[in-house]
Amino acid sequence: MSPLLQVKNVTKKYGGLTANNDISFDVAENEILSVIGPNGAGKSTLFKMISSFTPTTSGEVLYRGERISNLKPHIVARKGVVRTFQETTIFKSMTVRESVVVAQHLRAKASLAGYFWGSRTAQEDVTAFEKYADELLEFLGMTAISNEQASNLPQGSLRALGIAIGLATDPKVLLLDEPFAGMNHDETMNMVNLVRSVRDERGVTVMLVEHDMPAVMNISDRIVVLNFGEKIAEGTPSEIQNNEKVIEAYLGSVDDEIGM
Amino acid sequence: MFGFTAKQLTGVGIFLFVLFIGVPLIIGATGRWDFYFTLTSVALLAIASAGVWLTFYIGRINIGQGAFALIGAYVSAILVVKAGWSFWISLPAAGIFAAIVAILIGLPILRLRGVYFAMITLVLTQVVTLTALALPITNGAKGISNIPLPSGVSLFGIPILPDFAGMENTKLAFYYTACILMVITYAALYRLVNSRLGHLCRSMQQNEELASSIGVNIAYIRIVIFAISSFFGGIGGAMFGSIAQSVYPSSFQVADSVNFMLNCFLGGLGFVFGPMLGTLVLYFGWDLLFEFGKYQMLIYSTILILIIRFLPNGLLSLRFGKGGDK
Repeated sequence: MSPLLQVKNVTKKYGGLTANNDISFDVAENEILSVIGPNGAGKSTLFKMISSFTPTTSGEVLYRGERISNLKPHIVARKGVVRTFQETTIFKSMTVRESVVVAQHLRAKASLAGYFWGSRTAQEDVTAFEKYADELLEFLGMTAISNEQASNLPQGSLRALGIAIGLATDPKVLLLDEPFAGMNHDETMNMVNLVRSVRDERGVTVMLVEHDMPAVMNISDRIVVLNFGEKIAEGTPSEIQNNEKVIEAYLGSVDDEIGM
Repeated sequence: MFGFTAKQLTGVGIFLFVLFIGVPLIIGATGRWDFYFTLTSVALLAIASAGVWLTFYIGRINIGQGAFALIGAYVSAILVVKAGWSFWISLPAAGIFAAIVAILIGLPILRLRGVYFAMITLVLTQVVTLTALALPITNGAKGISNIPLPSGVSLFGIPILPDFAGMENTKLAFYYTACILMVITYAALYRLVNSRLGHLCRSMQQNEELASSIGVNIAYIRIVIFAISSFFGGIGGAMFGSIAQSVYPSSFQVADSVNFMLNCFLGGLGFVFGPMLGTLVLYFGWDLLFEFGKYQMLIYSTILILIIRFLPNGLLSLRFGKGGDK
């Protein structure tokens, strides 16, 4: 079976700075794959390129064999590859439910003019959106806060809202940007279970960028490690934990320590 | 009915009654015929302001509506005077022309955000004024005067719209025309804002990146909204030209563009009907303060500053409280 998502020799240069250098890896269907690395390793840049928020300098990203890099973000989203953001990127003055309803844009069957005139298809769409929003919020355990304004939510709920918005688009691949950042242990465990159920029950392939090592080791099927823009390792959590290059990247090599 | 509550329907009913029956009765009783012109102006400026409000709704500060009003006024005047079109056909043509110009200008400038977009639109009015001065078809500084009043329209021999030239009271006719146009504009605006397109606009206003991540073609929606906005500007301007029976490069100036924006601020950016109220208060307020002579500007600006200081969400927030959006 060919992989769902392929990152092929992707390079990104900002002027003289190389943020990502010749990175390649595959993501299989129904997998949870984490991209980790120290600060400034190029994880976020890689994410932006996969979701076409920024073009690649060279190389390409393929989804089901079709190139999705160097397009527009909304086109990639239409193909089923959707990213989430960190907690500050939300629809601040909408309620949770409104956000999830509006995020179902891609599921709309009626045209915008149809909505304006209130055609039958449009009315059916609206009913379907609201029904699905309620279902989704229940699935995510957010029913209690569905009428809260997003700007009033605590950090943990904002992450969940970000995932809800992403899921509302009915993605095949969900790219999560630091879903556990700034969470305490319990919140992290809840989120780990949530992400896992997104994969298990909704058949969504999940790719995430994360700093929280215990959570990453817990949740991931496979891990890709970046350091200074290069891929230094790829493998299962146990393989990564015992990989010398990775340990070196995180803890510094023996020579470095002496040098300090 | 149409998903409106009884209270909303009553409100709309009262508003329409006052607009079409109450005001003419009051003016007839008091003999202040000059109010017709003032109110007609308010209605037309409110149409243009509605467009500005719509660009605010996608998170863009638009100080260029005067440009599109001027374009609309010229297009209609030229079509009527030089091509001999009926005014009623030139009116939508003026709106469509303004929308096409908006699409061409919008393609490059709508990428800008915040103050950068505002600055560019501020320049637009001046550009259109200068273009009108330079082009032969617009008659330069002399402008186009003696525009005939709208002629009658009949379909299959049945008169639909009367001939304005043959009327005794064109003021009343223009008042009704302007009010009908305004009602249609705001009904369309209300519908748009409460339909899916409006929801997408709100999502873009709040976060364009997130909106594009859920599959919204933000570039396309920005252009569509800017075109609709300018269409309203063109319609308002064309109607104004027809009432004044003349168009000059100075008919709409930068100050008018700024006023269109102020109307929206004053009424409330969160309310569809905000710009309508804002226009009324701003335009009437200025007129009412006329008696203060040289202090007119001072009092006027002080009041504006106080309103913006104490009612940042506009006059309508008094009634609906914070954060309402109907």
